Amino acid sequence: MIRVNGRELDGRDGATIAELLEELGAAGDGRGVAVAVDGEVVPRGEWGSHAVPAGARVEAVGAVQGG
Amino acid sequence: MSATGSDPLAVGPVGSEGTGEHAAARPAGSEGTGGNAAGAAGSSDPLVIAGVELGSRLILGTGGFPRMEALAGAIEASGTEMVTVALRRIDPRAHHSLTDVLDRAGVRVLPNTAGCFTARDAVVTARLAREAFATDWVKLEVIGDERTLLPDAPELLAAAEQLVAEGFVVLPYTTDDPVLARRLEDIGCAAVMPLGSPIGSGMGIRNPYNIRLIVEAAGVPVVLDAGVGTTSDAALAMELGCDAVLCASAISRAQDPIAMACAIRAGVEGGRLAARAGRIPHRLHAEASTTFEGMLELGVEPAAH
Repeated sequence: MIRVNGRELDGRDGATIAELLEELGAAGDGRGVAVAVDGEVVPRGEWGSHAVPAGARVEAVGAVQGG
Repeated sequence: MSATGSDPLAVGPVGSEGTGEHAAARPAGSEGTGGNAAGAAGSSDPLVIAGVELGSRLILGTGGFPRMEALAGAIEASGTEMVTVALRRIDPRAHHSLTDVLDRAGVRVLPNTAGCFTARDAVVTARLAREAFATDWVKLEVIGDERTLLPDAPELLAAAEQLVAEGFVVLPYTTDDPVLARRLEDIGCAAVMPLGSPIGSGMGIRNPYNIRLIVEAAGVPVVLDAGVGTTSDAALAMELGCDAVLCASAISRAQDPIAMACAIRAGVEGGRLAARAGRIPHRLHAEASTTFEGMLELGVEPAAH
């Protein structure tokens, strides 16, 4: 089980960040998007190869309006 | 006695920042007056932060705009060259129009760490922002209280120190405490951004004397951040010697955001011009602008009081 943006996902252990982002609807060039796994930022160049291990917490963030 | 010396709120002519000298550190009249009105408000008087020149002294917060069209219109009307954005979990239902709007406007993006209550969260958020927006710049917010959204000073200092060490250009949102502002500058922040009053309160500048003290001591740009409610607040900030104003709610939540963007832009430009011009001191008593020399003697006895 991995946790993506607070949601538990079963059967996705070992998925790459690119795959998880696509499921979140954030595919494409990833402009304005960043990802941390267990609090460590994963550079976009590694999204295609970085497999998310079981038990990991993934935070995928994007730009929103804010002061 | 010099005019500025006797008046705690008066600002002598202000030069460009980044030189480590602010208004009060410089005797009135020491600066050439080569600039005209258009020049002082325009590109010949840029805001310089960390070596980057910005043609506008108004930084726009993107929070609170009801529609993207209003945001786009306000960016144009404000003349701003830098806008803040926040980071949140990706919402699959959200439209991805914000980055498009900002791209089209051609403005610099200043990510913030809004919503962070600890140094640790703020540091990770800043790192995520660097990855998302390909910028080292961050508006550092570490909040200590939900009701007031006031900064948490110890956490703010810890986060700033860490981010400076990691090469970030740190623009910290801080209280109007002159000592805290100096500490933030000492640890390497590229600017200090004291509040005028709490975020979104529209209460203006509650302690102009503290803002003056911060400006007087600062060797980095001072950006009045938070509290602006309307044009006069922005103008006052600039008159006090601030180098720029960051404004979100006053524009985004105005009944007509685009009109208010125009108004606050004018306030920032007017205030800057006034600060450079050097205002007269406040006086308790009148000082005639017309000489008494050469007064007529009309032979009329003064009326008895």
